[in-house]
Amino acid sequence: MEVELKELLNDVEQLKNSSSDPNHLPLILKLEERIENLTNLAKSANSRRNKVKDMSAEVVDSNPYSRLMALQRMGIVENYERIRGFSVAIVGIGGVGSVAAEMLTRCGIGRLLLYDYDTVELANMNRLFFRPEQCGMTKTDAAVQTLSDINPDVILESYTLNITTMQGFETFVESLNNQKYRQTKNGTGVDLVLSCVDNYEARMVVNQACNELNQTWMESGVSEDAVSGHIQMLIPGETACFACAPPLVVASGVDERTLKREGVCAASLPTTMGVIAGLLVQNTLKYLLNFGQVSPYLGYNSLKDFFPTMAMKPNPQCSNSPCLERQKEYMLTKPERDAAAKAKMEAEALLVVESPVHAENEWNISVVDDDDEMEKKDPAHINSDALPAGLVRELPSADDFQTLPVPAEETSSPIDDLEELRRQLDALNA
Amino acid sequence: MEGWDPNTKSALTKIPLLTTKAGPRDGAAWTARLKEEYKSLIAYTGMNKSNDNDWFRISAANPEGTRWVGKCWYVHNLLKYEFDLQFDIPVTYPSTAPELELPQLDGKTHKMYRGGKICLTVHFKPLWAKNCPRFGIAHALCLGLAPWLAAEIPILVDSGMIKHKDDASSSGES
Repeated sequence: MEVELKELLNDVEQLKNSSSDPNHLPLILKLEERIENLTNLAKSANSRRNKVKDMSAEVVDSNPYSRLMALQRMGIVENYERIRGFSVAIVGIGGVGSVAAEMLTRCGIGRLLLYDYDTVELANMNRLFFRPEQCGMTKTDAAVQTLSDINPDVILESYTLNITTMQGFETFVESLNNQKYRQTKNGTGVDLVLSCVDNYEARMVVNQACNELNQTWMESGVSEDAVSGHIQMLIPGETACFACAPPLVVASGVDERTLKREGVCAASLPTTMGVIAGLLVQNTLKYLLNFGQVSPYLGYNSLKDFFPTMAMKPNPQCSNSPCLERQKEYMLTKPERDAAAKAKMEAEALLVVESPVHAENEWNISVVDDDDEMEKKDPAHINSDALPAGLVRELPSADDFQTLPVPAEETSSPIDDLEELRRQLDALNA
Repeated sequence: MEGWDPNTKSALTKIPLLTTKAGPRDGAAWTARLKEEYKSLIAYTGMNKSNDNDWFRISAANPEGTRWVGKCWYVHNLLKYEFDLQFDIPVTYPSTAPELELPQLDGKTHKMYRGGKICLTVHFKPLWAKNCPRFGIAHALCLGLAPWLAAEIPILVDSGMIKHKDDASSSGES
């Protein structure tokens, strides 16, 4: 385009020199001016910045990371540049996933893996990120197009597949396990998986993969009526997995028709989706860069602006077998964790120099020992979770690993042959 | 189960229940499960035929039994409307139900997800979850697809979204 404009300018120049009619001169000058403007526009449209080798904290307009590196000066993050070493996988590049991907890209994350099988449609335009001219592209390709323009430093991998199918699942697990870029401490190639999918089946698949790989992940969701949502952190074995608690309709037996109106397509708002994406990425940054408190669960009710938080222990009777294995592993490392926590407490106690808080005691106030209280505060008793007399726990305590009674093996082994059954069905189908 | 018609209820009670909780990644256990799937499908198909209520054909499209293809049909105003039927067994099966697809109806009704996956969320998914692992493919067809066809096909025909094949060809000739 720039070459064409230059040629055009030359042609106009020739016209100016050859034309004898002085009446044409103002028009030709105006034409030249317009071509110059166009050339400048074309130049700015093509200006994609070069890759940056090191994140600099220098405060200049041309530094894309100056405001992020300032987090160190403000004492929030110890070493922001660590973010370039992290890999994050985002499953589902929809209303939440695409915005989360953009936030992480702008934060300068090292590598993003994007998974979706869908294409961009006009019906997605009430949400953020995708543009109308991207309609028809796969969501992953459209995302890579935009994200690589925003920040060329981020390594982007796009996977257009359905993770709930056998083949899709294999590719999904393989890509999470790929350690070419970096090896993480749990033995996979990514530091965190973000689930931004819109259905139960896909969440169960992410749960399955992460339980098998012992991979920490965060789940996110926006309600069908678009006015509430949640994020949840799942550490296999340590916190409840997605299958640990059955969905409300299954657990309570309520008629789902009372929860959901029939035949209405799901509503969505760019606001709620943006809030949830923001909460999700904020929790991600806190987890990766080690600042603040990482929320195990954070809900968002936009109608009342209510943000509940809670933590969930894993279910010792979870139906997902890798979850039970992770729970067992976690239980077995309890002594190590306790020792580490104790060492940390002692180290912190050493740092606090014991000195009287008040040098004077004008009113002779003294603290009186209370033996009963002392016993309760004894560290050995804090974790015992003793119940008052007369109360019994219905479920086993999750602090010790319990082996479940193995159901009696079915003795009637399937004697018939699979091929024979297939033939029988084919005969019926004929 | 309140709200279901007596025919569906009586058919359901006669479809053999399954016992093995295994998905396509569970090796020998999946083979055992697959055998149970076949047995319940054979029983259900045979029962439909003997009751003169034959309404689908389904068979495994690969040796692992993870992809299934076939046909299903629905009679409305004495005309038979037939559709391709396909689905994959999800990796988390049987914790999650198969997503039944009618690709020819994709985009014709909003009670459907991308790719022609029929909406099972309200009438079927809770039932499936409560009866895991006892329900199988035959139950998904009986309690998931059959009521969907009964509810949607008359509306699609009456609104002109789908045409009978004789109708479509004759209007094409004229």
